[in-house]
Amino acid sequence: MTASVPKPLSDDVSVAFQGVSKCFAASGESGAFTALNNVDLNVGRGSITGIIGRSGAGKSTLIRLVNGLEKPSSGKVLVDGVDVGALDEAGLRNLRRSVGMIFQHFNLLSSRTVFGNVALPLEIAGIDRRAIEARVRPLLDLVGLADKHARYPAELSGGQKQRIGIARALATEPKLLLSDEATSALDPETTQSILELLKRINAELGLTVLLITHEMEVVKAVTSDVAVIDKGEIVERGHTFDVFTHPRHETTRALLSGLPGSKLPDAVARGLKPAPSVGDRAVVRLTFFGATAERPLVSQLIKSVGAEVNIIAGTIDEIGGKPYGSLVVAYAADAETSGRAERFFTENGLVTEVLGYVA
Amino acid sequence: MSPDLPLLIAKATFDTLRMVAIAGLIGSLIGLPIGIFLATSGKGELFPAPNINRLVGLIVNATRSTPFIILVVAIIPFTRLVTGTSIGTKAAIVPLTIATIPFFARLVEAAIRDIDKGLIEAARAMGATPTQIVFKVLLAEARPALTLALTMTIVSLIGYSAMVGAVGGGGLGDLGIRYGYQRFRPDVMLIVVIVLIVLVQLVQSAGDRLARRFDKRSRKN
Ligand SMILES: Nc1ncnc2c1ncn2[C@@H]1O[C@H](COP(=O)(O)OP(=O)(O)OP(=O)(O)O)[C@@H](O)[C@H]1O
Ligand SMILES: [Mg+2]
Repeated sequence: MTASVPKPLSDDVSVAFQGVSKCFAASGESGAFTALNNVDLNVGRGSITGIIGRSGAGKSTLIRLVNGLEKPSSGKVLVDGVDVGALDEAGLRNLRRSVGMIFQHFNLLSSRTVFGNVALPLEIAGIDRRAIEARVRPLLDLVGLADKHARYPAELSGGQKQRIGIARALATEPKLLLSDEATSALDPETTQSILELLKRINAELGLTVLLITHEMEVVKAVTSDVAVIDKGEIVERGHTFDVFTHPRHETTRALLSGLPGSKLPDAVARGLKPAPSVGDRAVVRLTFFGATAERPLVSQLIKSVGAEVNIIAGTIDEIGGKPYGSLVVAYAADAETSGRAERFFTENGLVTEVLGYVA
Repeated sequence: MSPDLPLLIAKATFDTLRMVAIAGLIGSLIGLPIGIFLATSGKGELFPAPNINRLVGLIVNATRSTPFIILVVAIIPFTRLVTGTSIGTKAAIVPLTIATIPFFARLVEAAIRDIDKGLIEAARAMGATPTQIVFKVLLAEARPALTLALTMTIVSLIGYSAMVGAVGGGGLGDLGIRYGYQRFRPDVMLIVVIVLIVLVQLVQSAGDRLARRFDKRSRKN
């Protein structure tokens, strides 16, 4: 379907989607459905790449193409340069042994112990018992659950189950780890600890991680790169920091607005108007990062704009290891005050966005 | 009570156990793969063969909806071919086996279909072959349900085996009909019923206990 000639792959690409579309055939009442439409995306080797989108956007479909659980209707998916769609069943099984996968609901076998679950992919690969033993122990150490090796999944918490899921996914020493909403069934604290583990694995084992999620928090916490998917199309992509600080697509903004600190208080949000009338105040979001995050901007802002500045919402955070702040302020929308404010923003290199006006 | 009654009952119980054991063993050994096939050969499943799946399903349904007594009579020529006779304990094993196969197969199918599809997906993602998925995932995960299915099959078999007594099959049912009914011996009838109840209870509680031991899905101990 795509007219573009596939670019030569540089060595640092782990997964490449080239003009990939996926249609699900009509079944019964419902007609054919295009779940993915002409997706082009490179996943850098050694990166943690996030794909974020709303429910039904096509995230699971996209990630399942990587290990051939789903076949593209057109286009190509290349894993280390190998066209997944062209592999036969035996070839696919080989590929899958070099690509680990973790799942939202863990998908552990209830009939096997922790040890047995981690051993399963090795048994499937035909590795002998002694070698399995030698491989599983360090993996359980890695995920911090060596003492639970004889337990059954029913005896573990959600976070522990996902750690087992991760150990199992790493058993065959894959170069690539796929994560389909791996933290969506976990509470925020457990989510953080699982994400920390993924980060550590990425750093220590040099594993490429492709993770899909509908939570910006997850993307913010671990990914170096992100792609935003909406209705089967990639609408925005880039380094996570850039996408967070300069979101261009409306879907990205909408997803970002769910982050704490970026959400306006209800009372303000409700009164927000697109254009000012006399006596109104402008509501402006300031974004600052790097060096600007460390200067005493608020006091300077008040000095240059006047005392009538109030702070509505704010957050200081780190994205991809870089400090990042967002501050929503309101000041009189008259020409004079606005002029002073804008001068101040320009002088200080602040990124601003006028969210609206309130009475 | 005639002096030989305890002996008669012991012999009848032994005959019943023998019929149930042999028919249960052969029937479930044949029923198991059929059940696995039924559960894994639909469209888009592990061994897709939707047409054969439908055909096998049809045969299974036909056998299951035939009343057992009619089945016994209908397959007499086949029974004679296999065992050389159409009456007695040995002959009764044939229809009992035939009835067990589809019964157990459907229970096996249900047990396997009940397994979370996510587990199959996970195994596929590990690079498992369909055969590996059957043995390492499906059968392993279904073990508690399969144990209960086997228990249920044996309990039904005990009931059926009493029924073949009506057509000269031997065992407890035969004893109950010949003495209890035809010779007006309600005491014999009562003992036969009690022995059957005890057998069913024993099988059921042993099966339940085994299934619970296999079941690791809930926290306990
Ligand atoms: N096997 C299938 N047959 C038909 N339609 C499908 C199939 N799988 C997915 N779809 C459709 O494709 C679209 C994308 O599904 P997908 O599972 O990729 O979404 P998702 O982004 O992972 O959503 P969620 O966040 O809810 O998991 C959905 O509208 C879904 O209904
Ligand atoms: Mg999904």
